[in-house]
Amino acid sequence: MGKTLSEKILSEKSGTDARAGDIVIAPVDLVFVQDTTGPLTIRQFKEVKHGRLVSPQRTAIFLDHAVPSPNRQLSNDHQFLRRFAEDNDCRIFEGGSGICHQLVAEMFANPGDIIVGADSHTVTAGGLGAFATGMGSSDVAIVFALGKTWLRVPETFKISISGRFRKWVGAKDLIIHLIGVLGADGATYKALEFDGQTVSGMSISERLTVANMAVEAGAKVGIFPSDNVTQRFLAVQGRGNKYSALRPDADANYERAIIINASELEPMVAVPHTVDNVAPVSMLAGTKIDQVFIGTCTNGRLEDLAMAAAILRKKKRHPSVRLIVAPASQQVLTKAMRIGYIQVLVAAGAVILPPGCAACLGLHQGVLGDNEACLSTANRNFKGRMGNPEASIYLASPATAAASALTGEITDPRKVL
Amino acid sequence: MMPDAILKGKAFKFGGSISTDHIIPGRYAHLRSDLPELAKHVMEDADPTFVEKVKSGDFIVAGKNFGLGSSREHAALVIKMAGVSAILAKSVARIFFRNAINQGLPTLICDTDKIDAGDKLEVNLTRGIITDLTKDVQLTFGKIPKVMLDILNEGGLIPYITKHGDFEL
Repeated sequence: MGKTLSEKILSEKSGTDARAGDIVIAPVDLVFVQDTTGPLTIRQFKEVKHGRLVSPQRTAIFLDHAVPSPNRQLSNDHQFLRRFAEDNDCRIFEGGSGICHQLVAEMFANPGDIIVGADSHTVTAGGLGAFATGMGSSDVAIVFALGKTWLRVPETFKISISGRFRKWVGAKDLIIHLIGVLGADGATYKALEFDGQTVSGMSISERLTVANMAVEAGAKVGIFPSDNVTQRFLAVQGRGNKYSALRPDADANYERAIIINASELEPMVAVPHTVDNVAPVSMLAGTKIDQVFIGTCTNGRLEDLAMAAAILRKKKRHPSVRLIVAPASQQVLTKAMRIGYIQVLVAAGAVILPPGCAACLGLHQGVLGDNEACLSTANRNFKGRMGNPEASIYLASPATAAASALTGEITDPRKVL
Repeated sequence: MMPDAILKGKAFKFGGSISTDHIIPGRYAHLRSDLPELAKHVMEDADPTFVEKVKSGDFIVAGKNFGLGSSREHAALVIKMAGVSAILAKSVARIFFRNAINQGLPTLICDTDKIDAGDKLEVNLTRGIITDLTKDVQLTFGKIPKVMLDILNEGGLIPYITKHGDFEL
């Protein structure tokens, strides 16, 4: 019997014949924390080990959730993290560098790697063929100390995608649709493995969007095979030598097979207050919104800003809606300025925030008022997520977000062009 | 198994899909290095009165997919700090489940529809039985995987590794 991508990676790394259901101990290629999970992780690490990190070169700290810091307590947390990085000679990425998952994709993740982060959206790196999963502080503290972790080899759902996306329909609509099919706990403890003719035509940016939200169906990883698109991305990012071909075996065992025809998909929206409460945009057209947020580890990449700029070019946001844009990284911001996307967005009335998580998790930079609604390109719409339990969050693609910014209500992007 | 393998307390009932944002909202991230302050907001967006009412030993009894969302271990940590002795749910999200066990907080999968708010419960962790003393009904709970049971028995992952120095699976 052949192996799934997860079984292959975990076999290779653990040195065992790993099969779904097995428990393995595996070395970790990259371990990271961000500024809201890092301090607890480090305190736990210090309880276990009175020394230094076991692999500082494989450890990274990202300041992205609360940057620039909105208050004194978080500034002190940042100080604590900087000091730890200095004492341990590990990488630290200052506020404004970008969102941890975007920087992991730009700088670290390779096919076949095992990546563990103290952030649930660590799954994003599955877009590059890494077995990447989020864990809590204790687990990450132990990786800091030992360089390895225990993992249950997940059963896999194979998600086969065929057909061409229609214009202004894409990766975000696909993953929102899939979460609607699976349910928010439909893939708990499982791996989602994406394949099919449509996948080979998807850019890394799109694959990262899809992998990013695997956790919203409960999945442990959302993983793509590697191919020439992966190879090209790694080469552009200066690590073409890290490419390896990674494909599942033809006779691998899948717990479930789901087939999606991309050509049948419409722009999709996740409706408050759960991500699996999904509907095509046509069902929600006309819903009034107060804020549009374009950014995050789901949709803050160059292609996402390009989509928004194409729709907003030479137009203005509706006067009743606030438009907030946060590029996912400095690299994204720099390229978007060079091409002119940022100029278009500013001309359309957008507030540009520094690269980081920004308004996504309700700390600052776009907290919602009572009874307000936000259309966001993020991955979560839980009650209270954007800082106010009396507010509502709709999730959609950058195209739908940009179109809705023009009208002040949820709008099908195909209706404004 | 554990020294206090019998837990006793009252049921606090919640619905399904209680996210880590219900348990400890992101807007309190600035309190994460001040855990006693942070713990004052436990379950705030699901039941703002919970923190005043909960007593040591009580149980959180919830529907499906408890703890979905963020990896913030603070969610499990503040529930434990509130005195909750175990979480009973129809199902639990993956990261939260690992976090709760790593914090030494028993998290048990059972048919929570049979339990009502305010019921007095007794949980025998060794025998795997939950007794609803108010209704005089017994429930069983799903088996915890051995690796997690070993961690739970040591009071969490940090104490486990401190004692053993490594994983002993």
